[in-house]
Amino acid sequence: MYSTKIVKAENSSAAVQAIGSSKEGKILAGGMTLIPTLKQRLANPDCLIDISGCGLEGVEDKGSSVRIGAMTKHAAVAESSLVAKAIPALADLAGGIGDRQVRNRGTLGGSVANNDPAACYPSAVMALDGTVHTNKRDISADDFFKGMFETALEEDEVIEAVSFKKPEKACYMKFPNPASRYAMVGVFVAKFSDGVRVAVTGAGEEGVFRHSDLESALSSNFSEEAVSGVEVSSDGLMSDIHASADYRANLIGEMTKRAVSS
Amino acid sequence: MAEVSLKVNGKVENHEVGENTLLVDFIRETVGLTGTHVGCDTSQCGACVVHVDGVSVKACTMLAMQAEGSEVTTIEGIGSSEKLHPMQEAFHENHGLQCGFCTPGMVMSAIELVSKNKSPSEAEIRDGLEGNICRCTGYHNIVKSVQAGAEKMGG
Amino acid sequence: MSEGIGASVKRKEDRKFLTGKGRYTDDINRPGQVHAHFLRSDVAHANIKSINTKAASAAAGVVAVYTGEDIDVGGPICGWVVPNRDGSATHEPPHPLLAKGKVRFVGDAVAVVIAESLQQAKSASELVEVEYEELPAVVDLETASAGAEIHEGMAENRYFDWELGDEEATDKALKSASRVVKLTVRNNRLVPNPMEPRAALAEYDDLNDSYTLYTTSQSPHLTRLVLAAFMFQIPESKIRVVAPDVGGGFGAKIYVYVEEAVCTWASKKIKRPIKWTADRTQAFLTDAHGRDHINNVQLALDSNNKIIGLRVDTLANLGGYLSAFAVAVPTYLHGTLLSGLYDIPAIYTNVKGYATTTTPVDAYRGAGRPEATYLLERVIDQAAREVGMDQAEFRRLNFIPKDAFPYQTAVALQYDTGDYEPALDKAMEMIDYKNFESRRSEASKRGKYRGIGVSSYIEACGIAPSAVAGALGGRVGGWESASVRVDPTGTITVTTGAHSHGQGHATTFAQIVTEKLGVPNSSVELVHGDSDRSPFGMGTYGSRSLAVGGVAISKALDKVIEKSKKIAAHLMEASADDVEFKEGKFTVSGTDKETAFGEVALAAYVPHNYPLETLEPGLEETAFYDPMNFTYPAGTHIAEVEVDPTTGVVEIVDWAACDDFGNLINPMIVEGQVHGGIAQGIGQALLENAHYDENGQLLTASYMDYCMPRADDLPSFKVECTNTPCTHNDLGVKGCGEAGAIASPPALINAIINALSPLGVSDMSMPATPETVWRAIQNAQARAAE
Repeated sequence: MYSTKIVKAENSSAAVQAIGSSKEGKILAGGMTLIPTLKQRLANPDCLIDISGCGLEGVEDKGSSVRIGAMTKHAAVAESSLVAKAIPALADLAGGIGDRQVRNRGTLGGSVANNDPAACYPSAVMALDGTVHTNKRDISADDFFKGMFETALEEDEVIEAVSFKKPEKACYMKFPNPASRYAMVGVFVAKFSDGVRVAVTGAGEEGVFRHSDLESALSSNFSEEAVSGVEVSSDGLMSDIHASADYRANLIGEMTKRAVSS
Repeated sequence: MAEVSLKVNGKVENHEVGENTLLVDFIRETVGLTGTHVGCDTSQCGACVVHVDGVSVKACTMLAMQAEGSEVTTIEGIGSSEKLHPMQEAFHENHGLQCGFCTPGMVMSAIELVSKNKSPSEAEIRDGLEGNICRCTGYHNIVKSVQAGAEKMGG
Repeated sequence: MSEGIGASVKRKEDRKFLTGKGRYTDDINRPGQVHAHFLRSDVAHANIKSINTKAASAAAGVVAVYTGEDIDVGGPICGWVVPNRDGSATHEPPHPLLAKGKVRFVGDAVAVVIAESLQQAKSASELVEVEYEELPAVVDLETASAGAEIHEGMAENRYFDWELGDEEATDKALKSASRVVKLTVRNNRLVPNPMEPRAALAEYDDLNDSYTLYTTSQSPHLTRLVLAAFMFQIPESKIRVVAPDVGGGFGAKIYVYVEEAVCTWASKKIKRPIKWTADRTQAFLTDAHGRDHINNVQLALDSNNKIIGLRVDTLANLGGYLSAFAVAVPTYLHGTLLSGLYDIPAIYTNVKGYATTTTPVDAYRGAGRPEATYLLERVIDQAAREVGMDQAEFRRLNFIPKDAFPYQTAVALQYDTGDYEPALDKAMEMIDYKNFESRRSEASKRGKYRGIGVSSYIEACGIAPSAVAGALGGRVGGWESASVRVDPTGTITVTTGAHSHGQGHATTFAQIVTEKLGVPNSSVELVHGDSDRSPFGMGTYGSRSLAVGGVAISKALDKVIEKSKKIAAHLMEASADDVEFKEGKFTVSGTDKETAFGEVALAAYVPHNYPLETLEPGLEETAFYDPMNFTYPAGTHIAEVEVDPTTGVVEIVDWAACDDFGNLINPMIVEGQVHGGIAQGIGQALLENAHYDENGQLLTASYMDYCMPRADDLPSFKVECTNTPCTHNDLGVKGCGEAGAIASPPALINAIINALSPLGVSDMSMPATPETVWRAIQNAQARAAE
């Protein structure tokens, strides 16, 4: 790791200020992606802004939604009785990210801000019609994710929390990459009174995306048969040494069926 | 350089280190406890698992400064040669280790696993050890060890 | 005796590892130590036009920077060569310690930067400017012969072209056969991945002009030999090699690698201790890989379904340089095993070993024998399917009958003993083979395809009988040495040249002493891994530690007992011929005279009442043991799987292993070795693959992409043993370290094919990843629909 400076921010505006006064500062949340990147000398930030002391942890029931602080660890979401009651699929998703040590350190905000195309959380934000709350504004999920590792976040913006709408029913089904245990395909299906949202992670060349064909099929008939009736195209899906686009397309259908029937 | 102060196995460790010092290097090089190992660069093998304030973490993916003010427990802090921790004892009795390199991380993971689930099933143990890679044992005897360790720990 | 041979004694070495007190190479630091970082080629194949180290040398903390041009000693040597079919010799191109003029794989060491801290060394290495003239990469084994020339003057990139067996007789059998079963299999390339990455700490002693090297080695004495005799050309006494606790080896830590040699060489130049520890990426790029064969197999059957001939044409990918035992793996350890445990009258094999611009390939757990077993058990399985016989019964029909031993195979080996049906029967019983079909139909109701696969294997262990090795191209001996020192107080120190890096020698070897001398386990101390403390040895590989090293200990113990009897005879005023030794006591037959072993030990060192005129005082004996033959562990593994056709995911639902390892010293440790071996075999069959792209970049160079078996990938295993003791060593032991890795891949692949055969699937490649399996199902269904 190159040498760097560490600033411990006391609140998000201090964090933003620290970024502004650095050349190439980076926010350090749980560090589960950033630290391995730094260790391999793939990034050389002059300053890391540690936001663990910014008071961004916690889970709140907001009536029709659940608001989770950006620095809330995956383990805390997985073990939260509030989340388990309001959106059990979200607790399940958090409980299946990485391994236990990753869940003990990794954070919601870090995962969402990084927008790794194989990360689990972005699919939940998307399918649960989430809102990303930053120090400046609220950004809807559909506007937030801008393709692989790209988000709508600006330089002077830090995620403070994410809100997830409570669905009638939801399920996340992940087919893990056998090596990395990231999602090779992850499908989050959420049924709301006004329709079904289906978000797919791990598969898209542009990162997480909503699958409109599956959404409309399931909105009119929430059943496995409806999924079978959709031809999942491999267009725009990733092909790599772990899985071809064809196979990922097959998995999207399969994981969606399992999510619907669970 | 920055001053880092934390407790390792109950002892205050106050040292001036580079700000980019990883917790695992702080433990191995600065404090001199070499039971915590490094087996990969991508936070997957789990040879470096320690407890920070009671939860298991991979010490290779945490900066020492992130552990400022914390209580760190390493494999050297859970038992002694004279009196092994029940989980260490269980690994010995069930031949849960061969070359020993993954063992410290495996034991630290297992202890946390059992602290959250007092009598885990075989499937729960296998799932719970997802973050620890062993190349020697095929995990068969590790699973047995963790089951026995859970019983000894009062599960 | 509860601590002797056959007892599952808990391991003596556990306590230190469990409490974090293990002492691995990277745990050791020396005063004044500096750190080495190797700059590695990021291209697979290129001429080096220039290297500029000026900026790096001037960087903060840098002590020295060296390139290939600075190094005045030789590089790694080839420990094994075979004759080519045309009588010429194996091509042995030089392997410089740091690249000279050319790089031949991604990871090839180009320069070393030595600095006060590792971070400084890394930063400075980024300042080394290397100008490459890129050449085409050679990656694909099948077309390697037509690829760009990798080593000057080495035609068709071929290191060797070797044959074994009777070609004429085999081709005749193939012609006269009532059926010829044909199969092409690829044995996927694996990365050994011991959890402790390789490391070295080298220190030069100016006073004695000598070196100490701490290194992660399975064979410290071989390291000493190669460094002293072949690289540095100095007396062996000038190098001490210490392999302290070593975190797994699996073959990858047998050889002398360039990093440890460069650190040792440079430690004299800069007169400071130098430490190097690989990170995992470097381990992936530079630890010798394993397997990577393509085998074309033809099996001839007569009308009674008896095998009458076997022809195997093999291509072996050996990578950018010829590693120490690379030549032995596909030839001596592969071609000679092609008879398996079957009575096959005619066998012929041709093996061509190729260079490619990839990491060198050498022995990995099993080394050659897994490849032989895989192709054989796959073709046997296919033969059974083709003739419509049960897979187990087809094997039984063709097993070498138990009254045929010693059995001379058609491929040079003579099996001393064996009895293969009991292991097959036992494994079938363990897995409830006879009721499999009802489990298959139950699974199909759940939408799953269930399958069962058999693999019967044999291996040649206890490497090596020196005479056989020498005749087949080996340049080293295959003996092992041991010393047993009885201390005046009756405690025992055993030194061995075998090295333990997970095998539990401190426990197992002590059990041999306990059995023979009647002293408690706790009185026995094992010394290994330090060339100054155990002067000779050949190390640990090829399941040889017990079968060769353990027998050497047994022989040294016999010498101790023989001398002790003479001392006891003197003490008891009897004739040595009348003295008996049992359970730690000497008695004189027909009398009630007795004396304890401890008293004899004391007398040997306090020889007040001692036959000094005929017997030296002291009680310390050394033995060298070179076996007359290999040992031949054999057995049957059966895997049962369920395949989810919607995703292609294979779940292993049951595993039964029944192995014949001869006598067992410590059944608990044996079982552990079997578990670990099976896990690595399952890794090969389902998960692991070293994947190079067409430019020679290793795409699976971390645990993000190379799939290591984890706890939730594997089942628990049922493991049992049969026993036909080895006939030619004192302990009747055979070795157990590699069996699991040898037996398991074909069992698993056969089980998957068995599961999917109702769909028309008849072939499956390794690793059988979910997509591979899913695609095979898709293709079979498409064929069926046509």
